[in-house]
Amino acid sequence: MSSGRAQMNIVIVGHVDHGKSTVIGRLLADTGSLPQGKLEAVRESCRRNAKPFEYAFLLDALKDEQAQGITIDMARCFFKTAARDYIIIDAPGHIEFLKNMITGASRADSALLVIDADEGIKENSKRHGQMMSMLGVKQVTVLANKMDLVDFSEEVFEKLKADYTAFLAQINVTPVSFIPVSAREGDNIAFLSERMPWYNGFTVLEQLDQFISDKELQEKPFRFPVQDIYKFTRSNDDRRIVAGTVAAGTVRVGDEVLFLPSGKQSTIQSVESFNTAEKQHASAGEASGFTLATQIYVRPGELMVKPAEPLPEVGTRFRVNIFWVGRAPMIRNKEYKLKLGSARATVKLAEICNTLDASDLTSSTCKQQIDCRDVGECVLETSRPIAFDTTAASETTGRFVLVDNYEIAGGGVVVENLSAGETLLQKHIKDREHNWEAGLVRAEQRAVANHHRAKLIVFTGAPGTGKRVVAKALEQGLFYNGMNVYYLGVATIDRGLDADLGSHTDSAGERLRRIGELARILTDAGLIFITTIDDADDYDIETLKLLNEPNDILVVNMGENGFSRYQPDLQMPAIEALSHAVNQVAELLKSREIIVDYQI
Amino acid sequence: MDHLDKLEAQSVYILREAYREFKSLCMLWSIGKDSTVMLWLARKAFFGHVPVPLVHIDTHYKIPEMIEYRDRFALEWNLNMIYGQNTEALAEKLTFPDGNTDRITCCKYLKSEALKNTLSGEWPRYRMDHEQRTYVVDEGRDPYTGVIVGVRADEEGSRSKERYFSPRDKDNVWDVGDQPPEFWNQFKTDFAPGTHVRIHPLLDWTEQNIWEYIEREKIPVVSLYFNQGAGIRYRSLGCYPCTNPVTSDAQTVPEIIEELKSGKFSDIAERSGRAQDSEDGGLETLRRDGYM
Repeated sequence: MSSGRAQMNIVIVGHVDHGKSTVIGRLLADTGSLPQGKLEAVRESCRRNAKPFEYAFLLDALKDEQAQGITIDMARCFFKTAARDYIIIDAPGHIEFLKNMITGASRADSALLVIDADEGIKENSKRHGQMMSMLGVKQVTVLANKMDLVDFSEEVFEKLKADYTAFLAQINVTPVSFIPVSAREGDNIAFLSERMPWYNGFTVLEQLDQFISDKELQEKPFRFPVQDIYKFTRSNDDRRIVAGTVAAGTVRVGDEVLFLPSGKQSTIQSVESFNTAEKQHASAGEASGFTLATQIYVRPGELMVKPAEPLPEVGTRFRVNIFWVGRAPMIRNKEYKLKLGSARATVKLAEICNTLDASDLTSSTCKQQIDCRDVGECVLETSRPIAFDTTAASETTGRFVLVDNYEIAGGGVVVENLSAGETLLQKHIKDREHNWEAGLVRAEQRAVANHHRAKLIVFTGAPGTGKRVVAKALEQGLFYNGMNVYYLGVATIDRGLDADLGSHTDSAGERLRRIGELARILTDAGLIFITTIDDADDYDIETLKLLNEPNDILVVNMGENGFSRYQPDLQMPAIEALSHAVNQVAELLKSREIIVDYQI
Repeated sequence: MDHLDKLEAQSVYILREAYREFKSLCMLWSIGKDSTVMLWLARKAFFGHVPVPLVHIDTHYKIPEMIEYRDRFALEWNLNMIYGQNTEALAEKLTFPDGNTDRITCCKYLKSEALKNTLSGEWPRYRMDHEQRTYVVDEGRDPYTGVIVGVRADEEGSRSKERYFSPRDKDNVWDVGDQPPEFWNQFKTDFAPGTHVRIHPLLDWTEQNIWEYIEREKIPVVSLYFNQGAGIRYRSLGCYPCTNPVTSDAQTVPEIIEELKSGKFSDIAERSGRAQDSEDGGLETLRRDGYM
């Protein structure tokens, strides 16, 4: 059965009108892959409309595409050789459709790059060559097409080969081969041409069968982007399953695993699946699921790895190569959404190192933005740490896309982790403090007058642990003891200060920033400022702490401790007896010399 | 991993991605072989469960075996089964079988319109009540913003251009010329209010892959696909007035696969038995207007 047969995705790229669709039409016709009567129907339609027949018409499935005579979107077609099955992805050559070309090419194992031998190397011949390299398509064969228009000249072919090889060398791409063809006439596509006796390499079909399909992902360190956590309790299923697709490597029952960036650890208890024999392991490419030996709280977006193997990078700041296809340019100080593996993060463009005009390879180091169709090297910074690999280490967890205004507007590969450097937030705090316009009253004077010092107190824990009740009671107790204290309810700012943020989860980082900035002002005013945050993680607290600087923060965690490394100042059970809970916090404030005395 | 393993893994990944990103998600189940394979893949993705509602558009002219099959597995697999119908057009007999419209218009009323209004929640939805074992009017009227559909790229031209995640605007319009990019395995999962997204987990499957997978997994499919002795079987299922069986001796799944691979159907289009495709404009006109 052909289910055992290998399959390969190939993309056909090249400049507009250089004959990509004709190559595909020819491949389909010469391998007998067309539906019965299709060829005859297209020939008949051409005859009726007094148009010369072209193999490209076979692909023109859509009406508006025929009207314009160009491939707008990538289309898939299927054919098979004795060796394996192929999906051909026909990518448009027109510059406006670059994003469609990339969509097609990013899924391909190998590429045929078509160049018109008569017209020579054009803008998109170069641009597409460069994109293949960035997208990780490692096997590229160049077809010098329309050889019939240059009298099947060996000289023309050799010149094109030399010129284009020189170009590819600049971007570190070595093509697998060059083949002189005439797609319209069928030369060297499925059958070796008699009109080019000087050529003794493979035909296009032979070359396709020579391409290697497996990328040896199994051999790499284990990488499992956590796509989701399932627990279908309502259907009487108590398994808590960590689900996702293995990006690289292999994991077995009993293996120790580490989740990044949280740093939590556990052991694989079982490999879960439906309607299969029991599984003991899962390898690269498998959509799988696992139960863990211990109950730990992990979120979608983490990367599960094996601590015994080379670890991925964790950080917020990294150097990348990107391509941009968004209508609006990519600019600094704007928030974008980054999707890498299963992680999603708010990201900003921190620095532009250089941009490259992919058509003529002119480089610029002075651009202030990344325009549509630019390729660039730049520094990105996420608002919270994510786990990733550099593309050299593991390509599937080293590439990402950027979302601007609901649309995927760019993509790229991570070149280097720069997280040791100063972050945008640290830079911001430094800048803010440098320009802080203080009044004439000093913090110590306020403390003397108030009989207490300023403090930010944050209650955290899962929803429903009684945080707000305790926080409000604490405010009241401190107030009756004559302190300047203020409780800020989350709902209060949702509809006020944060009203512009909408209900998007993407804006969580901005909400946190605003609470932090607010805390900085209110603690500067000498207040004990109390608020609550649901399920804060290490990074949320680090961020708040930084934003509140130079003032102090005190963290009370209620219920299960969701932090991985951070030690809260006070840990208490969920739904603690109210007066007891308030007293514990007051005692801690006393011991830290924030307040002097507290009477119930 | 063999080829079917790879196809399965990619479809499972897409289904999980949809479930993660879309709060109001449903899956269209036409009862045909493709969407039944898709339903099976959902059970793979969610480890035996199907945590999204299954929506069927009941034109009232479906072959009766299809409805029996639907309800049997809705109960057996504990599915959240929903159906919608254009009761108005049926009451007014605005249909092709009643002789009052052409085929395309009939499709538009009974399928496209019913689908549009069932998805948006403007028309009633009927939900299988597992205790009463019958359909009741569903209280839920929230529009579905993510719709999982079992189209395959090899079916016909327009479907070969689909994305895995494909946005439709308020009027269900598909802008073929300006589709969002999909780089590697990152899809369009962010969408503006008022738009919805169609999700296509089966895009890379061929008709032959579908049957091979049915054989491997032993997925139960409607008996209409097999020759029951009369020398005919259905290759593609639809409404009985517009769907013709093909002559075939295939009585088992392996025989169907053989027929597709090297036998009489190896070079004949799958939808050749579907009459509405050959009317003016055909399937593409229907699809631009929201037909699946």
